Amino acid sequence: MNKPATVDVALAREFGLTAEEYGRVLTIMGRTPTLTELGVFSVMWSEHCSYKSSRKWLRNLPTTAPWVIHGPGENAGVVDIGQGYAAIFKMESHNHPSFIEPYQGAATGVGGILRDVFTMGARPVANLNALRFGSPENPVTRRIIDGVVRGIGGYGNCVGVPTVGGEINFHPAYDGNPLVNAMTVGIARTDKIFLSAAAGVGNPVVYVGSRTGRDGIHGATMSSAEFDEDALSKRPTVQVGDPFIEKLLIEACLELMATDAIVAIQDMGAAGLTSSSVEMAGKGGVGIDLDLDAVPQREPGMTAYEMMLSESQERMLMVLRPDRTDVARRIFEKWELDFAIIGHLTETGHIVVRHKGEVEADIPLAPLADQAPIYDRPATTPVPPAPLEPVHAPLSLDAMLLQLVASPDLCSRAWVWNQYDSTVGGQTVRRPGAADAAIVRVDDTDIALAVTTDCTPRYCQADPKTGGAQAVAEAWRNITATGARPLAVTDNLNFANPEKPEIMGQFIAAIEGMAEACTVLDFPVVSGNVSLYNETRNPDGSTTAILPTPAIGGLGVLENAAHAIGLGMQDGKDVVLLGATLGALGQSIWLREILGREDGPPPAVDLAAERRNGDFVRTEILAGAITACHDLADGGILVGVAEMVMAGGIGCELDSPDSGIRPEAFWFGEDQARYLACVDDGAALCARAAAAGVPARIIARSGGQDLILPSGVTISIARLKNAHETFFPALMDAR
Amino acid sequence: MKAAIVVFPGTNRERDMALALKRVTGVAPRMIWHHETDLDGLDLVVLPGGFSYGDYLRCGAMAAHSPVMGAVRTFAAKGGHILGVCNGFQILTESGLLPGALLRNADLRFLSQDCYLRVENDQTPFTSRWTKGDVFRTPLAHGDGNYTADPATLERLEGEGRVAFRYASATGQVKADDVASNPNGSLNSIAGVLSENNRICGMMPHPEDLVDPLMGGEDGLPLFEGLVEAVVR
Repeated sequence: MNKPATVDVALAREFGLTAEEYGRVLTIMGRTPTLTELGVFSVMWSEHCSYKSSRKWLRNLPTTAPWVIHGPGENAGVVDIGQGYAAIFKMESHNHPSFIEPYQGAATGVGGILRDVFTMGARPVANLNALRFGSPENPVTRRIIDGVVRGIGGYGNCVGVPTVGGEINFHPAYDGNPLVNAMTVGIARTDKIFLSAAAGVGNPVVYVGSRTGRDGIHGATMSSAEFDEDALSKRPTVQVGDPFIEKLLIEACLELMATDAIVAIQDMGAAGLTSSSVEMAGKGGVGIDLDLDAVPQREPGMTAYEMMLSESQERMLMVLRPDRTDVARRIFEKWELDFAIIGHLTETGHIVVRHKGEVEADIPLAPLADQAPIYDRPATTPVPPAPLEPVHAPLSLDAMLLQLVASPDLCSRAWVWNQYDSTVGGQTVRRPGAADAAIVRVDDTDIALAVTTDCTPRYCQADPKTGGAQAVAEAWRNITATGARPLAVTDNLNFANPEKPEIMGQFIAAIEGMAEACTVLDFPVVSGNVSLYNETRNPDGSTTAILPTPAIGGLGVLENAAHAIGLGMQDGKDVVLLGATLGALGQSIWLREILGREDGPPPAVDLAAERRNGDFVRTEILAGAITACHDLADGGILVGVAEMVMAGGIGCELDSPDSGIRPEAFWFGEDQARYLACVDDGAALCARAAAAGVPARIIARSGGQDLILPSGVTISIARLKNAHETFFPALMDAR
Repeated sequence: MKAAIVVFPGTNRERDMALALKRVTGVAPRMIWHHETDLDGLDLVVLPGGFSYGDYLRCGAMAAHSPVMGAVRTFAAKGGHILGVCNGFQILTESGLLPGALLRNADLRFLSQDCYLRVENDQTPFTSRWTKGDVFRTPLAHGDGNYTADPATLERLEGEGRVAFRYASATGQVKADDVASNPNGSLNSIAGVLSENNRICGMMPHPEDLVDPLMGGEDGLPLFEGLVEAVVR
């Protein structure tokens, strides 16, 4: 970026600040800010860093539970998983960069979320990714999938953290704005958790990791505006990742964390040196002096503005005990990483930035944080969709099933998973596709984590409150279906332009639904990220908003990893349907894929039923009665059965429903709070379910190599799999 | 068995390998930083998987010039046992301790999946717990696993029984042009090769990731059990 000449309201606007916000800057400073100071204010007050549109509403989310050690406000959420260990986890978006430059956008998304987790002292043990792409028919989609998948694999595989789960949806609403939400889970001892609040006037401020270059300047500001036709010209604002350096950084930081040298530590993420130094000093209530001449630099001639705003990757900022700097320096030299003392803590309460003998910035930290704008933006309450008129199946049951399992949202993701190393670390108990949540054992213990990401954006579009609740409930179910106890969630709230009342209304309603579900299910939000302005301006002046997508990353724990069960059908079992089936076809995949319609209300979420049914299922799994389990979601019962059959390589014969519901509604309705379970004695399970108030019925008996429909029509596993596994290779490998 | 694992910058499967070795020896193996050169008293040196130096040059090319590799060469010359897995295999070929080279996977994408290996020579310390023709399952995870060698080298390897493992179907069928059973396109479906004295073995797949029923099976365990038996004197 060329250095502009004068700092004024016009330049402030270019930096993303409104005139009113710039006025506030002038009041705080009592003078015209320098260019560097304006840069600091603009990134700290950007939507990305300040959450100015969302903060008011995020407060409505429940964030506490007896097992929560650190909720939102730290680099990641921390929960107690027993035996002296904590799970540290967070999900974060890299949506805008991934559209502009899919490989680097996705790769640096993975790198950034890894740093949020290991900066707290955790060894990262699992990565997940929640991805949303545009229509498969859009030629751009193929290029974006290719880059995003290669980027996630290229980074995660190299750093040696297994990628064990995630989800993928397609919808034209993401054509110009794909979503890449990356989640990392790490493990630390509960007594060795590192925080970011700086302390100790005079203590050295140390920079480690990669050198600072001119990449990513104003990335946080870019993420805080909608896209226009010029989006691709913003490629220079996308950072470039180096997973090899990240791997060294992980090992060096963990080695240093085993000593007592670190007072505080934070990664340099969005807004780089600015946000890390401002936040560390601000949280600690101290001042900070930075000498930019000491910052390791990739190229000569960088200005203070550029260094403070750079988003070069793989960098960390630490406050060390002064008597331990040599110990720390030796560790980073061993790992061949830059190590530089670039400043110290002061009692001024200001951030003072010096470069080449000049004071380039001198900003009081308290007002920078306390007077950050917060908006209560106008919002319109979403209008509930009209009920779905009666619909009728145009095809036979077997034809519809084959079409559904082959559809983009339900087909096999193996083409994607097979490019991610899911076994490195040697602790992956259940790999992608083997269970409703991935299962990763904690080294040196019997404990295992169950992790998943979930959201059904088409439900959120139709009814944001129900959709928000459903996303939480589905994550909770997926963890439950493995036998694990759900503990907490991280969220990644992807929405369009919050300055539009209908979008703000979606946001508020989705949070309301999430909050209700988190409360009833004892599943608090411990970390998260908000990504707004996911909206594309079309050449004709109209805009395309993404579907509201509050992605939920759920985490649960099993005291004994050996108790985890998968979803694959087992031979010679009764297959029991648990939970009530009403035949909800509104917003179903069936309605969209078979009838080409996206209407009606999403299935109702009955949180009391979720809790009751899920607690029953988990108890039966841990008692050893249920030996395979699959939660029911997209595609309903028949798709769920087919998924179990394909995963287990064992067929089953379905009973006639006799439910009083039309067959397509029974088999493909997406009622919530339901599970399919393999048990030896279905009648006994049904009796126990009845006693617990959980609707249950035997719907099939497993065995053989075919899925046999009630009509007697037979579909071989081979035929199901052939339909299921075609989409991705056909789309991506076509020459 | 006194075993050690060499750690290069970018190595990332050393912990998996340590779990497997500890499983058969009962003790945690020594970790050797790539600057160290003292391998005295060791029975087995393992070069584990990962992305040494980021694989930014040819995979394994930088690591092959690490200080520790001089010591590994001396260790090999004295008849020491060496196992190289994945990036470790690439380092062994780059060091000239094993013949051939590993090219980019045939379909140019990173592959992470289970594969089946057929044991081709059961008269080695790495394969003694199997019988020739046995088939076992193991995960693989690599971008550059497509084994190749010049015709003379290949003929020699095949003639001297120095192919340890071949990619195969679950029932043991080997078909080099079949993507399903030979996923990375390796020449003659070669998944692992041996040195002349059969004491150095390099292989792309990860038997160390399948040594525990909890992780899906123990198919990889015989390799490590056989090693313990062979090197404990």
